[in-house]
Amino acid sequence: MPAHIEVRDLTMGYGDFVVQRGLDFAVNQGDIFVVMGGNGCGKTTLMRALVGLQAPLQGSVAYAGEDFWGATDDDRQRLQRRLGILFQGGALWSSLTLAENVALPLHEYTKLARVQIDEIVAFKLALVGLAGFDEFYPSELSGGMKKRAGLARAMALDPDILVIDEPSSGLDPLTARRLDELIVELRDSLGTTVVVVTHDLASILAIGDNSVYLDADTHTMIATGHPQDALKNGNAKVRHFLTRGNAK
Amino acid sequence: MRDAAAWQLDVRAAGADPATRIIALGGRWCIDQNLPAAASLKEKLAGPVRRIGFDTRGLADWDSGLLTFVAGICKSCARQGIEIDDNGLPPGVQRLLALALAVPEQKVAGRENGPQGLFAQVGAATIEFWRGIPLMLDFLGQVVLSLLRLLTGRARFRRRDLWLEIEEVGPRALPIVSVISFLVGLILAYLGADQLRLVGAQLFIADLVAIGMVREVGALMTGIIIAGRTGAAFAAQLGTMQVNEEIDAYKTLGISAVDFLVLPRMLALMLMVPLLTLYSGVIGMLAGMLVSLTIFDIGVFEYYTETLRALELKHFAVGLSKGSVYGAMIAFAGCLRGMQCGRSAEAVGHAATSAVVTAILLITIAASIMTIVFYQLGI
Repeated sequence: MPAHIEVRDLTMGYGDFVVQRGLDFAVNQGDIFVVMGGNGCGKTTLMRALVGLQAPLQGSVAYAGEDFWGATDDDRQRLQRRLGILFQGGALWSSLTLAENVALPLHEYTKLARVQIDEIVAFKLALVGLAGFDEFYPSELSGGMKKRAGLARAMALDPDILVIDEPSSGLDPLTARRLDELIVELRDSLGTTVVVVTHDLASILAIGDNSVYLDADTHTMIATGHPQDALKNGNAKVRHFLTRGNAK
Repeated sequence: MRDAAAWQLDVRAAGADPATRIIALGGRWCIDQNLPAAASLKEKLAGPVRRIGFDTRGLADWDSGLLTFVAGICKSCARQGIEIDDNGLPPGVQRLLALALAVPEQKVAGRENGPQGLFAQVGAATIEFWRGIPLMLDFLGQVVLSLLRLLTGRARFRRRDLWLEIEEVGPRALPIVSVISFLVGLILAYLGADQLRLVGAQLFIADLVAIGMVREVGALMTGIIIAGRTGAAFAAQLGTMQVNEEIDAYKTLGISAVDFLVLPRMLALMLMVPLLTLYSGVIGMLAGMLVSLTIFDIGVFEYYTETLRALELKHFAVGLSKGSVYGAMIAFAGCLRGMQCGRSAEAVGHAATSAVVTAILLITIAASIMTIVFYQLGI
């Protein structure tokens, strides 16, 4: 069985400027995979290449053995529907209520009856602890609530893969931890593969099963593996990063 | 996955205990399977049932479809005081249900939902309108104070912004102002020719077009064009800044958002709209001349001297002052709606629309008042 996500020789950039080159890694089904690195190393660019927002300059991304960027537009859209994406700021549609935000993918891509969609929406919002906030608009929510609502929307179609950009940015440590626990719970219960783009150390070490470290200076990946292993006996640069610069 | 058959649902008694029911779930319980609603079990669970258990040994595959179904059963059972034994469910379902039911539903007071009656809507709109007036006057006051600060040299804004706005508002509007003014001049000439032919005074087309364009129509058309082009842009710019909290950022730095953002836009329009009005008048007169020359056989020189005879300095003064006032009103409406913008994409669109509507309304009211006043004063 092929790896759930397979990235081969991926090079991304803007025009002549290469952000990251030669990325090679695989994500197994049911893993929480952490993409880490300092500011500006290209974590978000990698995420955009994974979810289909920005074509890589070179290389391939495959989901369960199926090539993503080489596929036709229709096939790529079909693959995209198996992805749930949580953007950094939530990216909730500001003119829709929370319930409408979560319901929209269901209305678009399933043939479910309205009542059933309403039930699913209520359940997803309850799952992220936002039961009863159905009729709220995103502008009426706190940052943490927006993140959780974004997660509810990302999970609307029961995706095989959740891609999460900076889950803990802008959240207090306890809220961030609860979000981490929620992600782990979803993985454990539903078997979802999770790709987390983050530089939050606590989160990386707590929930990561596997990881890749993108280096901003050399524009490529310099380490891959379990974050705890990387901390104990990994590359010096990665240990430096994982200990906030305290590693000897 | 063992079996991809459709869902199966069965409710049976648990041995000899009449108060317990077992819900047996089998097959695929996924959202693409046209699943039953939890309410369909209502009759089967009526009567003396006190406990419910689950049997999911036949379950092949599940997702949110199963979760919402079971959650629905849990909720209705909780209302009827029926005990739920979730041990029969897959461990993942148990955990997710616990998670979803852990946080009680927030009861938020005062949220108005559902459709309102006609009277309520009219009432709400009226209240909204009356509440808008003091806000508008408040903003007007702030703008006037800001203009006073400008006169005393204490207003803080970037000179560069002013030049950028002037370029955006003035030169870049020339193409559209040219086209509209030419066509309006042409229409005026035809309209005049038709009426003046009755009395054989076709040469007076020149008077009509010159005075009409310079005094009235040039300013009005320019005002409406700029309201649509620039007023909407101002509202969208400031509205987006409101969404991104940029205006709050100015405020917290102690920078007056009115000085910094509204003043340069106001000045740019007050300077450029009169100039565009003048330009519009010239283009309109050229159109009139073209029509006279080609259709009604009036010579270029004749038309030119007649135009010069008709035009007096006061006509230009009237046109320029109208242009200035319209410019101020467009800037006022655009900035007002932008600053009042809510925090969503929809609100930005609403601000832009509302800015154009407000600007055109204000322009038309001002045009009427000024025309009457100038007539009474004999200017």
